[in-house]
Amino acid sequence: MIAVQSPLSVPDPRSVPSNAPEHCPGTNSELAGKSDACAGCANQDVCASGVTKGPDPALPFIKQRMASVKRKILVLSGKGGVGKSTFTAQLGWAFAADDETQTGIMDVDICGPSIPTILGIAQEQVHSSSSGWSPVYVQDNLGVMSVGFMLPSSKDAVMWRGPKKNGLISQFLKDVDWGDLDYLIIDTPPGTSDEHLSVVQYLKESQIDGAVLITTPQEVALQDVRREIDFCRKVGIRILGLVENMSGFVCPKCKTESQIFQPTTGGAKRLAEETGVELLGAVPLDPRIGKSADYGVSFLEEYPDSPASVAYLNIIERIKAILAN
Amino acid sequence: MANIAERLATVKHVIVVLSGKGGVGKSSVSTQLALSLYASSPNARVGILDIDLTGPSIPRMLGVDDRGVHQSSAGWVPVYADGSEARLACMSVGFLLKNKGDSVVWRGPKKNAMIRQFLSDVRWGDLDYLVIDTPPGTSDEHLSLIEHMAPVRDRLSAVIVTTPQAVALLDAMKCLSFTRSVGLPVLGVIENMSGYACPCCNEISNVFSVGGGKEMARTEKLAFLGALPVDSKLVTLLDTPNAASDSSSSQQGFGLLTQYQKTASAELFVGIVGQLAEKLGSE
Repeated sequence: MIAVQSPLSVPDPRSVPSNAPEHCPGTNSELAGKSDACAGCANQDVCASGVTKGPDPALPFIKQRMASVKRKILVLSGKGGVGKSTFTAQLGWAFAADDETQTGIMDVDICGPSIPTILGIAQEQVHSSSSGWSPVYVQDNLGVMSVGFMLPSSKDAVMWRGPKKNGLISQFLKDVDWGDLDYLIIDTPPGTSDEHLSVVQYLKESQIDGAVLITTPQEVALQDVRREIDFCRKVGIRILGLVENMSGFVCPKCKTESQIFQPTTGGAKRLAEETGVELLGAVPLDPRIGKSADYGVSFLEEYPDSPASVAYLNIIERIKAILAN
Repeated sequence: MANIAERLATVKHVIVVLSGKGGVGKSSVSTQLALSLYASSPNARVGILDIDLTGPSIPRMLGVDDRGVHQSSAGWVPVYADGSEARLACMSVGFLLKNKGDSVVWRGPKKNAMIRQFLSDVRWGDLDYLVIDTPPGTSDEHLSLIEHMAPVRDRLSAVIVTTPQAVALLDAMKCLSFTRSVGLPVLGVIENMSGYACPCCNEISNVFSVGGGKEMARTEKLAFLGALPVDSKLVTLLDTPNAASDSSSSQQGFGLLTQYQKTASAELFVGIVGQLAEKLGSE
């Protein structure tokens, strides 16, 4: 009944066979072959026999591909719209400002990819070669991969359930010709669900160096960040630190600072103290950040002297320092 | 397990709040929609269902995040945000967590099962409106919701929330494509965070640009329901549960509602709810 648009034919190594029923629990699930939805499925016997629960056949390939990536950083937030993608882009631009540093950005927000727009490469497409899919390059040392490059039109919705999203993420890790990278920054969708679990599982052997958590000052966002911290601890990901975004707004006319999103419970600072996570810094809300993102230009380059740029750069320096240890 | 069609037979209208992008104010709009519908008539019965399973915000916004769900022979009893009047029912995975920092790390099939339970096992009772708050994106939760709601399809419609900047509009367009491919009627578009008035000099800054939602409604031939500026008073009200829930309910309603009606946003919402009621009534 539901039309699913497929940007590329994704041969899925692990999850749901194309002839699977609607509510297939996934071939790796404990319920594989036993759930109600499995009744009548042609693959039921295979699933029930347990052979599908072995290690994912993609894992060795991912490990091989990731062997040439020095640092892998996750950008997480729990809540949506707090600035994960914007931060990811600034981080990418800042790393790439050094000609010697090779950086990759992987956008695993399958249903709402913003990275191509923010980096000003929304019209680009992915090309494949014998060594894999080539990332789209913003500049020589900044390569990007996103589902946004695979859609015929930016209006197309990707209406995929978990297993299909997982299949694509696995491909992003094993089939993209990332080359030698100093940093791979992974931008995630909000929440703690399929995409997050898959990234963590696929990179288990290659190791994730750490996660940066983004929040805004109000409690509604902090609640989601607490969940994200809980998630990181459950799955064993090191938290590099917390960034408070949209922290205060300076009126362009009277220069008075006001809090659009009131830190009613002490903001990220209090949360950092409570949970023992380092507060990397706070970035003020500057309308030019959003505008730069809409136009796909680097805010750091356009407004290097603005307080927000200074805050971003201090945070990025701190992240580099933590990762260097 | 009770049947979804039976359970929702006493619900007149279901309004799904969608956005595509996260953090544009779906939960805040859902909450305001529920409060405004509630206040639109002294007998209005409203439900609000939060299917954002990994990031539930509705309990906090309604000031009921310390409450739990009870079982009864007729099903799960929703949490009533208006106390003994019991006209504003609320259900969220937030009520099922032991503590508020617990993460819900679920893949699709578990989310699907939870949504089915919310629709089939909750004793909603008679409702004029059921407002459904969704997570960002167009994935498991949305597909499951539409599927499970098939028996009440003719009473189902959607409101799209967006902020004015291009990045959000892009996701709002994806969300619109989603509604079209699943045949979900769209009542209209709400533009949120449309400008911010400096509390010091009242200068309006377009923090997240302006006019994008209106433009989208125009080009896509959708009704434009209204533009909501950033309202710091509202942000604080919905963020601080004790600001409202403790002040004893007055004649007009419970604490949160009384406080809400003093905000500038509440006035704008009267207009939005009026348009929605008209659209739903004429169908």
